[in-house]
Amino acid sequence: MKLKGWKNVNPGAVCTEAGSALQFKTGSWRAYRPKWIEENCIQCLFCWAYCPDMAVNVKDGKMTGFNYDYCKGCGICALECPGKKGNKAIVMEEEGK
Amino acid sequence: MATPLTLKELSKKEILLTSGHRMCSGCGAPIIVKMVLLASDYPIVAANATGCLEVSTCISDYTAWKIPWIHNAFENAAATLSGVETMYRSLKKQGKIDKEIKFIAFGGDGGTYDIGLQSLSGAMERGHDMLYVCYDNGAYMNTGIQRSSATPYGADTTTCPAGSVIHGKPQPRKNLTKIMAAHDIPYVAQASPSNWSDLVKKVKKALEIKGPKFMNILSPCNRGWRSRTDDAIMLSRLAVETCYWPLYEIENGVTKVTFKPKEKKPLVDFLKPQGRFKHLFAPENENMLKNFQEMVDKEWGVLLKASGTE
Ligand SMILES: Cc1ncc(C[n+]2csc(CCOP(=O)(O)OP(=O)(O)O)c2C)c(N)n1
Ligand code: SF4
Ligand code: SF4
Ligand code: SF4
Ligand SMILES: [Mg+2]
Repeated sequence: MKLKGWKNVNPGAVCTEAGSALQFKTGSWRAYRPKWIEENCIQCLFCWAYCPDMAVNVKDGKMTGFNYDYCKGCGICALECPGKKGNKAIVMEEEGK
Repeated sequence: MATPLTLKELSKKEILLTSGHRMCSGCGAPIIVKMVLLASDYPIVAANATGCLEVSTCISDYTAWKIPWIHNAFENAAATLSGVETMYRSLKKQGKIDKEIKFIAFGGDGGTYDIGLQSLSGAMERGHDMLYVCYDNGAYMNTGIQRSSATPYGADTTTCPAGSVIHGKPQPRKNLTKIMAAHDIPYVAQASPSNWSDLVKKVKKALEIKGPKFMNILSPCNRGWRSRTDDAIMLSRLAVETCYWPLYEIENGVTKVTFKPKEKKPLVDFLKPQGRFKHLFAPENENMLKNFQEMVDKEWGVLLKASGTE
């Protein structure tokens, strides 16, 4: 992310580029990393619905993994994941291990 | 055609709040905003009162919003949006705009129950065609967890700290949803992010109704609630299942409980995982737990009676 400096900020602090926050990668905040175990996934999409950071990737109505550029590692997806027969499809692992 | 209400169908829509916002890890507020925005099949113009959501989604000049969005001040999101809505009606009349646009204001509990209450009351009374959404995390979180009139009874905050003089907030929470209902506006509802389908349906319904609408949505805040980063949905679910945060709506004066737990859980199930209530579990504060449970039972009883589902 490039900082503009106060002289180049628009008058009235008007943002002209919708969704420009995408330039700020919040993934570096993460201490724990969600890991997807596909064989336990029942495609309920709760992880997608409950992720506060829009970091669960979905394609054609199916969960396909995480966007680690933005995932903050909160663990909500893992806690809410029902998984299959009591086996979670998302587990949290310590980052950097 | 309206989008059928399944997560699969909803997931095909673009989420108009992007990643890269700076809300804390595990915050409930962006989950709420995402669900509210996904519920709409119309273009939305939003206003935001000062607070965590506003501050962290638009750190100048990077914005996480993909819709026209305006921040003015802490106390006047409703007044600001009522002005925008009036301008829209004027432009429509002049034939300068023909799109059907919906207006949504977001405010925290401080910005809604307290400092923004008169501007909200005014906007509702004037009958503006807008939906006001309060994300209620029960304190002024952005400035460091100061008590608000939404802070629950007994909760520890930096301005009602639990100690030897007081044991958290001595006063019960103000019932803002009822105050809004007393404005006799066409639609008032309470929702929780745990019950996504109920929440989305309520927003959809509200957007189809002409006139002023108000929704109060419980918004877990792990920083202020002194809880874990992964429990926002779990805690909001417990709030609903203990009837601390009943899900209901009041449409044209008719009250309807939209979710009745099969088994009403004891309030302590909701309180226990939260550090802000830790002191209530000390033996000398037993009576506070009892008082709190009685308050919840009383409100739930009144609601069931009002909705004829006793
Ligand atoms: C008139 C005014 N007073 C005080 C503030 C400082 N202030 C900024 S955010 C905030 C707290 C907002 O609390 P709430 O509305 O509950 O939202 P939250 O931060 O909890 O999401 C305060 C006191 C301000 N911006 N304007
Ligand atoms: S850990 Fe949190 S931020 Fe990361 S994908 Fe799961 S819910 Fe989203
Ligand atoms: S919550 Fe779990 S089971 Fe459901 S879609 Fe996500 S990974 Fe799959
Ligand atoms: S302080 Fe609370 S409400 Fe504010 S961003 Fe953090 S978790 Fe969310
Ligand atoms: Mg608040």
